[in-house]
Amino acid sequence: MAQKEVVIDIRDVYKRFGQRQILSGSSLEMYKGETMVIMGGSGCGKSTLLRHMIGAIKPDSGSVHVMGRDIANMGEEELDAVKKKFGMLFQSSALFDSLSVKENVAMPLREHTKLDENIISIMVKMKLELVGLRGFENLMPAQLSGGMKKRVGLARAIAMDPEIVFYDEPTTGLDPIMAGVIDKLILDLSKKLSITSVVVTHDMKSVFRIADRIAMLHEGKVVQAGTADEIKNSSNPIVRQFINGDPEGPINFFMDKDNYLEELTK
Amino acid sequence: MANFFERIGSVVIRTSQQIVSVLALFVDTIYWLVIGPFRKKTAKRQSIFEQMLFVGVRSLLIVFFVALFTGIVIAMQTAPQLESLGAVIYVAGLVAVSITRELGPVLTGLVIAGRVGAAMSAELGTMKVTEQVEALESMALNPVRFLVVPRFLALVIMLPCLTILADAVGIFGGYLIGVFNLHINPGLYMDTTFRFLTSKDIMTGVIKSFVFGGIIALIGCHYGLNTSGGAEGVGKSTTTSIVTSFILIIVADCILTAIFFFTNV
Repeated sequence: MAQKEVVIDIRDVYKRFGQRQILSGSSLEMYKGETMVIMGGSGCGKSTLLRHMIGAIKPDSGSVHVMGRDIANMGEEELDAVKKKFGMLFQSSALFDSLSVKENVAMPLREHTKLDENIISIMVKMKLELVGLRGFENLMPAQLSGGMKKRVGLARAIAMDPEIVFYDEPTTGLDPIMAGVIDKLILDLSKKLSITSVVVTHDMKSVFRIADRIAMLHEGKVVQAGTADEIKNSSNPIVRQFINGDPEGPINFFMDKDNYLEELTK
Repeated sequence: MANFFERIGSVVIRTSQQIVSVLALFVDTIYWLVIGPFRKKTAKRQSIFEQMLFVGVRSLLIVFFVALFTGIVIAMQTAPQLESLGAVIYVAGLVAVSITRELGPVLTGLVIAGRVGAAMSAELGTMKVTEQVEALESMALNPVRFLVVPRFLALVIMLPCLTILADAVGIFGGYLIGVFNLHINPGLYMDTTFRFLTSKDIMTGVIKSFVFGGIIALIGCHYGLNTSGGAEGVGKSTTTSIVTSFILIIVADCILTAIFFFTNV
């Protein structure tokens, strides 16, 4: 383990939005080339944690280092330089509605490189081939299905040949086959291009399909982080409940019964 | 009582926060407009032209429509009074000056705020709630440079152009009533128009519309980029942006008119 290079290092991050404490001391390390899955229930702070890693949110306290650099305390120029080294696939794909598939994928290349139009065109085709959508260049996002949008979003995320790709709930809202396709793409990309992948999801099927390592997030804290096998055989009751999907356990979705009568009659 | 003061306090705080954040957006926009070209980070020319097409060319019909009928109405409203003074020919001058100084820029501004400002905040609001704005940021592309600067430029360039055209159409509306209803000689009508109309009248109107253009763009983009809460949020920010633009246009009109009035421009 010691020789592995740490790509993302999250130390003791606290974050509060208004009255709600979202993250309360999350710490996590991610190594080069691995696929790290961050799982947890809705509202546990996993998307917030992801947004800390891409520099969209600054922590109240604690630090986030991406590729050895403190992403929370850098100037805009520096942050932009780091941002060019990673790609992100959004939950809703976030394709630009007014641009065609080709223009969407070409966008980062056009803006950040001085490549010739012909070369950009070739690169777009190559990226679309990787996600199995060659020949769809001229369609608009509105004409695509959810799964196709995700794949175009993925092609756009890897357009700049990033070192890290972040996935925000990549399989949510897709049918099982399409979810399988997306999972396979994530695996292929990290193996073929040796990309570090950070996946935020609560889709248990896909978690064990793609993960090298898994971190379980609960109430703003990392409950357990380890290899896929370690998590699968975990004895931690929170992790067990989440994997098995038990309605009852340490993660409680119902209010305390004690003051129920009191609140009803208040 | 405390509740009352609390409410006033929270309104004041919220309003001043909005003002600060609109000013910040303005500074940011000017920064990208002026400094951007030196850092080789200009707004895309294509999207500037797209916006200009939308703001300017596509708004021509509705602007002409409003200006024409405004000209007609002013002529009809003032003709009886002037007729009783035996000065019906002055309809020409009255229409020309009131259109160029006041009604041309203000009505064009209001029409464009309703048409373009609303579309801007709805579009940017939708982009915000569907994560497209965040996607831009994650690609190291600044949303102000990418989305706000082209819209701002398009509005401050095209609104004065539209206003000048609206002035001409409004004067033509007055001409229609003057010539066909009041039977003023067409040559005499135009002659009187140009006798009263000075270039200062047109310039003050154009300066006003320049300011209105900036207001519409900044307010539309500000509310668009600060949208949250899905489809309902987009609706809310669109409505707020139109109402705010309308109020600010009227207030700015009053301030600018006062400046022109007291400095004798």
